[in-house]
Amino acid sequence: MASNQVSPAAAGTQQHQEDVPVSKWLPPVLLAWFLPGSGHFVLKRHARGGFITFAVAAMFLFGIMMQGATFQKAYFDMKEMTPPPDLLTRVINTGGFVGNLATGVLYMMTAWFGYDQADVAGHVHDYGTKFLVAAGLLNILAMVDVFEIATRRKE
Amino acid sequence: MPKVSLTHFEASMLFALLTSIVLGIVSRRSDRERLMYGLYCFGCFVFAMFALSWLMYLGHG
Repeated sequence: MASNQVSPAAAGTQQHQEDVPVSKWLPPVLLAWFLPGSGHFVLKRHARGGFITFAVAAMFLFGIMMQGATFQKAYFDMKEMTPPPDLLTRVINTGGFVGNLATGVLYMMTAWFGYDQADVAGHVHDYGTKFLVAAGLLNILAMVDVFEIATRRKE
Repeated sequence: MPKVSLTHFEASMLFALLTSIVLGIVSRRSDRERLMYGLYCFGCFVFAMFALSWLMYLGHG
């Protein structure tokens, strides 16, 4: 009998998930992906949104100014390789491409403007590549925060 | 777009600063807790940076 009982905390979490429809949290989360920080702005967390916009945009811009490499060419070239590349190469190129895409409009604009820096040797380029991917990962954290705010799990 | 050429130290400090800002914002519930957690993360980054730098320097011989 005891196994059928649900703890109050679990019941509360389940109720939150059921209470908030997808139409309430999906638009802010998508907006947060497309324009870093904007999800917080539409949920009226202006200061936090401003800090996230600043941090993600600065990280991305420094990555561009350090001439970091982007992963779209490596990712699409990898799919046509025969024989297919090893697992580590696939993980790095796929993860890097996802990290690039996660910065939303910042990455799209660089692609549209023709930025396509190849991976070259040198610590500055290497840091730049990491900065570009890290900007996307930080934006994913911000998207999770927006989701938690929109579903009322967090203030 | 202007090009910048940062040293290892400058790039690491910049990375630590920007990452700590986001980690502080998304991790805690009150503004004071966010500030303290952001400073804590920044301190951890800087500590790890110096510790690993010395480790590599000493390990290199």
